[in-house]
Amino acid sequence: MGIAKNDIVLEIKNLNFYYGELQALININLEIKRNTITSIIGPSGCGKSTMLRCINRMNELIDDTRTEGEIFYDGRNIFDSDVDPVKLRRKIGMVFQQPNPFPKNIFDNVAYGPKMYGTRNRQKLREIVEISLKKAALWDEVKDRLLDKSLSLSGGQQQRLCIARTLAVEPDIILMDEPASSLDPIATMRIEQLLREVTDDYTIIIVTNNMQQASRISEYTAFINAKERRSGFLVEYGRTQDLFIKPQMKQTEDYISGRFG
Amino acid sequence: MSNNLTKRGFEFISENAIKTFFLLCAIVSVVTTIGIVLVLLIETTNFFREVSLKEFFLGFRWNPTIKPTSFGVWPLLSGTLYFTFITALIALPVGLLSAVYLSEYSGRKIRSIIKPALEILAGIPTVVYGYFALVYITPLLRNLLPGIKTFNILSASIVVAIMIIPTVASISEDAIRAVPQSFRLAGLSLGITKFQVTASIILPASLSGILSSFILGLSRAIGETMAVTIAGGNLARLVNPLKPAEALLEPMQTMTAAMVEIGLSDITGNSTAYKSLFAVGFTLFLMTLTLNMVSQFIKNRYREKYK
Repeated sequence: MGIAKNDIVLEIKNLNFYYGELQALININLEIKRNTITSIIGPSGCGKSTMLRCINRMNELIDDTRTEGEIFYDGRNIFDSDVDPVKLRRKIGMVFQQPNPFPKNIFDNVAYGPKMYGTRNRQKLREIVEISLKKAALWDEVKDRLLDKSLSLSGGQQQRLCIARTLAVEPDIILMDEPASSLDPIATMRIEQLLREVTDDYTIIIVTNNMQQASRISEYTAFINAKERRSGFLVEYGRTQDLFIKPQMKQTEDYISGRFG
Repeated sequence: MSNNLTKRGFEFISENAIKTFFLLCAIVSVVTTIGIVLVLLIETTNFFREVSLKEFFLGFRWNPTIKPTSFGVWPLLSGTLYFTFITALIALPVGLLSAVYLSEYSGRKIRSIIKPALEILAGIPTVVYGYFALVYITPLLRNLLPGIKTFNILSASIVVAIMIIPTVASISEDAIRAVPQSFRLAGLSLGITKFQVTASIILPASLSGILSSFILGLSRAIGETMAVTIAGGNLARLVNPLKPAEALLEPMQTMTAAMVEIGLSDITGNSTAYKSLFAVGFTLFLMTLTLNMVSQFIKNRYREKYK
């Protein structure tokens, strides 16, 4: 793969995950390079989203689940008993499949995280909101109506608002769970565009069902496949170009050429 | 195979007849309501032919049966309001926090124990609550507050609070649970603690349901009769707003309790005292009606919030 060690921001090692009796992830090993976009592709139900939610420890919120293995974030195992998942999530943000802005106005949505972290200064909050909305390519559309309800925005705008909300807390890594799957092609294009623009500052891991999307935006791609009983395992991981043009594994080739999945 | 289009047997009972039958059932409650309001109105009007509005609404002495009679509603009204206030002070926070615990914090197992327990609490007859207060709560309070009377507001408030906590908790919990899970996940994914997410996102989003549960609980407290009569006593006295703590330990008479007293006394059906029963009832009705309307208003006003 040829990734230099110090470029690795996230190292997933022997990750196993269980929903009750069901093993949803089998021995996943993956190294994520800093300031890149990495796509996770694979058939529905293969555990892509589950893997994503392991990285910010959101899976722990589900009853009756169990995680084994290690994930090193900047050299620190996030499953260590003294790691605070709340603080971890400040560093590893998440954007969900369905846009989920809070039932507050546009300004308060973006300012919410910083406010909760203790920023009270209005001027400072205003700056954060403006910068975040600009990065999320939403500023021009909403700058004159920051006090409008977030739900008055279109689906694509709502999703960009959610991205701005995540950017406002200045995470290192942003996990995206099919962020464009509920959006029309134009809204999708805008989101892809903004993702390419923010990689100077952030590392993005994006789960997608859309292989064109993966090949358009990401530098690296991981292909996860499922054994019987929906247990996901990593088939192949590498540079997106390589994986799409000359996949090493037969399964990958079959999947990207649409022979199953 | 022939087409059989002829009506037969039960088919002669048309859909319209069935519809009318259902309509009649539905009308029963409407007719009853109108009937009650009419009776209240008529008797109240009769009462005010004998007693001035001023005496009733601005009078500070309630003494309907023993001469010289006096029909000032304030002792009853102040008793009711003060009792309701103290009850609310206990029941609303406890009810809301139980709801938050059940919906946000408890696991499925604990919920499956607490929820039915709350429902059983709601099913206990109010007379049982009344004696529970008189026989257990008041003596318990006496250990802490030696000056407490056998019949007192505090004990009645505590027991009625226990009575309405299930109402408040269960309606609030429904409202809180109805907040989309995606808001919780969004909040948590920003590195915000669960408590902060609950306080800053979930509760504001379910505010309308929570307020309705409060108001419903309050109107139950205002209308509660049996427990307050047994535990709170039956002595109409004005609550001194300057010495609220003192009043806690004293007996009182709520509007409902006064109505029971008049109903049980040996006054005749034509006396002013008898008619005062309706005037008090009508006042009570106006209070609960107002509360219900406020509750409806809040529901409609804030419902759009997260749709």
